Amino acid sequence: MNLFSIAWKSIRQRLLSSSLTAFSVALGVMLMVSVLVIYGILDRMFSQQTIAYQLIVGPKGSDLQLVLNTVYRVSAPLQNLPYLYYEELKKDPRVELAVPFCLGDATKEGHFPIVGTTEEYFEHPFTPGQMFQIKGKPFENSFDAIIGSEVARTNGWDIASGDKPATQFQLVHGGAEGHTHDEKFTVTAVLAPTGTPNDKTVFIHLNGFYAISGHDAPLKEAVKRWNEFSGKGTSDSEINAAAAEWAQKCGIPIEEPPHAPGEHHHHHKTCDVQKEVTAILVNMKSPAMAFLFNGEMKRGYKVQGVNPIVPMQQLMSNILGNVRSVLIVLTALIIVVSGVGIFVSIYNSMSDRRKEIAIMRALGAQRRTVFSIILAESILLCFGGGILGILLGHGLVFATAPFVQQQTGLLINPFTFEDMEFVLLPALIALASIIGIVPGLSAYRTDVARALAD
Amino acid sequence: MSLDLSNVLKTYREPDGNVLTVLDIERFQIAPAEQVVLVGASGGGKTSLLNIISGISVPDRGSVKVDGLEITKLPEVARDRFRAERIGFVFQTFNLLPAFSALENVLLGMSFSGKRVDAKRAVQLLERVGLGHRTTHRPPQLSVGEQQRVAVARALANQPSLLLADEPTANVDVKNQNLILDLIREACSESKVALLMVTHSPEVAARFPRVDRLENFNRAAARSGAAV
Repeated sequence: MNLFSIAWKSIRQRLLSSSLTAFSVALGVMLMVSVLVIYGILDRMFSQQTIAYQLIVGPKGSDLQLVLNTVYRVSAPLQNLPYLYYEELKKDPRVELAVPFCLGDATKEGHFPIVGTTEEYFEHPFTPGQMFQIKGKPFENSFDAIIGSEVARTNGWDIASGDKPATQFQLVHGGAEGHTHDEKFTVTAVLAPTGTPNDKTVFIHLNGFYAISGHDAPLKEAVKRWNEFSGKGTSDSEINAAAAEWAQKCGIPIEEPPHAPGEHHHHHKTCDVQKEVTAILVNMKSPAMAFLFNGEMKRGYKVQGVNPIVPMQQLMSNILGNVRSVLIVLTALIIVVSGVGIFVSIYNSMSDRRKEIAIMRALGAQRRTVFSIILAESILLCFGGGILGILLGHGLVFATAPFVQQQTGLLINPFTFEDMEFVLLPALIALASIIGIVPGLSAYRTDVARALAD
Repeated sequence: MSLDLSNVLKTYREPDGNVLTVLDIERFQIAPAEQVVLVGASGGGKTSLLNIISGISVPDRGSVKVDGLEITKLPEVARDRFRAERIGFVFQTFNLLPAFSALENVLLGMSFSGKRVDAKRAVQLLERVGLGHRTTHRPPQLSVGEQQRVAVARALANQPSLLLADEPTANVDVKNQNLILDLIREACSESKVALLMVTHSPEVAARFPRVDRLENFNRAAARSGAAV
């Protein structure tokens, strides 16, 4: 019979109070595990595992905003880059892949963000090592759309199947008083759930995006912006000359004819100089090149390249990291309070057990043996509570995962263990050892002759 | 000798500061496998004597040898080990642990000796005391007579050389008294274990070949005028 089996008998003898104290530890551990798992999910969501691109290239400004726009599709972009810059970048021999991203509009139903992009986005992993799984066909026509799983689920949209035609939908122009665009897009593919913001996004063909009215600037204005951007002449004569050149090249008039109030122009013939992109997702031929290239961009004043991990990790560690620390401290305190409960329970039982301890000592148990039995009891209660708490914690995450997924689109694996959970059990054993010392000493000091005579 | 006490003095300091001498024994011996009953007035030092023989307490001076081993010179840890290995205890109130089954109570007695816990022998001992069918019962599920029989089995678990029984039949009815008495005496004879039994009962004492009155060899009891 070892110490733990002797201690276990004693726990069973006082089953109700033992279970209640162990359960209080379990509740504390459950809360801590939930905090750890949920934070872990957020951390993965906002870290390198969310996007498999080395750089996000966008107009100079807040790097965090660029990442939030491009990766998470929250908040509207403030400025754009010329499409011609994207063309230049694509030709750069150091660039392996450059995917254009155009943001700003949303679906009329559900208000899901629209991203205009090319099919390259779907041919490349969305997070390291994970490819999109697509039901349907990738982009073929300008007005084709590929929708995220959450969009499909919420709006009930789908590709054509049997007699049922594919869903068609319209977009709402970005901004506070956005109007509905006339153009209709057709769902040609649905993405399998990815656990990333892609699930809540509608991707349309880049050409379709440009074909939408209002997505191109007037020619002269566009030429002026391009000349400013690329460091060419910006005097009226230079702009007029360049605009005339572009107008001829693209076969469009320099000046738009004025149209009636409330009417939108619908020429749908757009010159490349008029096109803009919100951001460009870039992979260089090597990470070192990405680093050097980013440095080059920093020296300029129009464009910035952002490693998508960095601003989010800063946000995580600066803000959410503190929240996590506070939550961990709070849950640790709950566990310590539960530990005090175990202490009180064992300590109160000591007066009833003095005789038991004296009997064991009379049978030849050493002082350190009875001390160890009490310690083992404390460890069993804390450890048992800890294991139960870990199971309950993951159970809680498991139970709430569908709800969280529905609300946020996050794919949650409730059986992902956080490193800190493996520290939790040794920490609980340490706590139990501290808790067990005082009652253990009380057992150690039992006056056998007197306790037997009582 | 299984037990040899010489010049043993044990005193206690009372709450008022006075020193109370409970044992002052010049010589007390028990031969191997001898069965001795000890009678004496309450408060005469019988339990103190058993505690000193078992090494639970140590005398102020004097020598206590069990199987030739001087136990007063041993550190506490060694006395604990000695008690587990050489002494069997049967108490008036049985002192079984209520959370443990009959078998586990016997195994518990074995587990403190440092020897291998022999479950087969524990079962045999319970069979020997007539409880082979009650091994999984916990003390509250056993009659008082059965509880004391479990206590006898536990006391014999480590094959002790001396069994100390402190009024083992005081809390049982006459039928069980005889049963338990016979059991203890037979088991000790079979295993060649010396027996020292404390009792207040003249009927119990009458069944033993050797009856020692504590006042006859404990000068402290004689001085305090304790009498049966």
